[in-house]
Amino acid sequence: MHNLLPLIWRNITERYRLLGVHCQICGKDYFPQRRICPVCRRKGKFVPKQMPHEGKIVSFSLVHSAPSGFELEAPYFLALIELSNGVRLLSQLVDSPAQKVAIGVPVKMVFRKIFEDGPEGAIAYGYKFKVVSGEGKKPAGKKNPRKMAAVNS
Amino acid sequence: MKTGIVGYGTAFPRMRIKVEEIARVWGKEGSRIAAGLGIREKAVAALDEDSATFAVESARIALESSRIDPSKIGAVFVGSESKPYAVKPTASIVADAVAASPVTTAADFEFACKAGTTAIQTCMGMVGAGMIEYGLAIGSDTAQGKPSDALEYSAGSGGASYIIGKESESIAIIEDTFSYTTDTPDFWRRQHAEFPEHAGRFTAEPAYFKHVVNATKGLLEKTGSKAADFDYAVFHQPNGKFPPRAAKILGVPEERIKQGLITPFIGNTYSASAMIGLASVLDVAAEGQKILVTSYGSGAGSDSFSITVTGNISKPGRRQAQSVFAQIEAERAYVDYATYAKHRRKIKSL
Repeated sequence: MHNLLPLIWRNITERYRLLGVHCQICGKDYFPQRRICPVCRRKGKFVPKQMPHEGKIVSFSLVHSAPSGFELEAPYFLALIELSNGVRLLSQLVDSPAQKVAIGVPVKMVFRKIFEDGPEGAIAYGYKFKVVSGEGKKPAGKKNPRKMAAVNS
Repeated sequence: MKTGIVGYGTAFPRMRIKVEEIARVWGKEGSRIAAGLGIREKAVAALDEDSATFAVESARIALESSRIDPSKIGAVFVGSESKPYAVKPTASIVADAVAASPVTTAADFEFACKAGTTAIQTCMGMVGAGMIEYGLAIGSDTAQGKPSDALEYSAGSGGASYIIGKESESIAIIEDTFSYTTDTPDFWRRQHAEFPEHAGRFTAEPAYFKHVVNATKGLLEKTGSKAADFDYAVFHQPNGKFPPRAAKILGVPEERIKQGLITPFIGNTYSASAMIGLASVLDVAAEGQKILVTSYGSGAGSDSFSITVTGNISKPGRRQAQSVFAQIEAERAYVDYATYAKHRRKIKSL
């Protein structure tokens, strides 16, 4: 147990609900939440805003050497996702067979366990994404034969 | 004031293991066990899934079909016997994840496989008394079975959520409910024990059948109806064999339980079992049709419900977007016993 509670608790609204912010001055949406609008600076005025739960894959990578706490889930996909309002975020992909993971395919948010602070510590829950359709454009370049090794989660 | 189901949703994992595959590892005859239990395969939760994730996923679907503002949910109750935390509510995780918090009450319920239907009764009481506008009642479990035990063939994973509200907004009115409870220790898990114990054949006649039959008979007597009056019947389904037997005892034609009999395809999802069965019936039921639901929780008790479908069910978007059977068929990934053991953390060094 590493007392990760502040890290877990402070991000609950973002991780559970994809709650971002909207600048009422320039009209831009941000996720994760920001304190200052990078466009309007101190003139910006933020209000909380629910981000859409749907998007598409912009880019992805298959992680074989997972960081501590994620070893049992490897190999797994990490994807850069563009939500339907244009906001981009990085997320793990789950329930998505390797043959369906491609640039441009639609994805939707799911609620999953992210990590545990050891067997006796707090559990961090939050968003991951899953492919909702097999359609999309395959990325150019060589096929990665190791990609087929990813079976689940 | 009468109350009813305003929205519903179900969620269960993509991974499946066949009964034959489990039997192969333990040197048993898989086809005989599958036929004996009436279970083909069961749903397996992944490493990052638990009763909280199925509760949230199903609750989000229920909210979509209810078309209500989540901040109007005044109570969130989660029934489960496989809570992620021994002490710390799952209900508060769900309340925050669906934006029902902070102005809501929340608690976890435990009564083996019937805690979810008891959560429905509690919401009915609170809505009916005018204490809250809507209540969210959930049954969700990642059921445990000791390796090689008979339970291992049936213990599945999944969740079902119901939003209970006023009669006028409901897709199905809950006409009445009746419960039957006795101290019958047929199945339990002691403090700190990893897997539940059960009393073998004792779980049948003095446990499941006594409570399911008496609760259902009590409901029929209370409402002045007959089993044959119902278009559909859903009974708790620890396996695929008990519900047809209960139906026969009660005089319910077997074809009326078929739509709500889900265990053969995803296993026994414990607190979610009868609730997923009811969801499958709501996926297809038409206005005016009557549904009989009787849950069963070891320890032991049954909650029986008389439900009538309203015209609201045919309005666009009021059923869950993907039916229970569509979810069963759509997404499946069969795993072997080793992968199942990894994801369910049955390998002790994990």
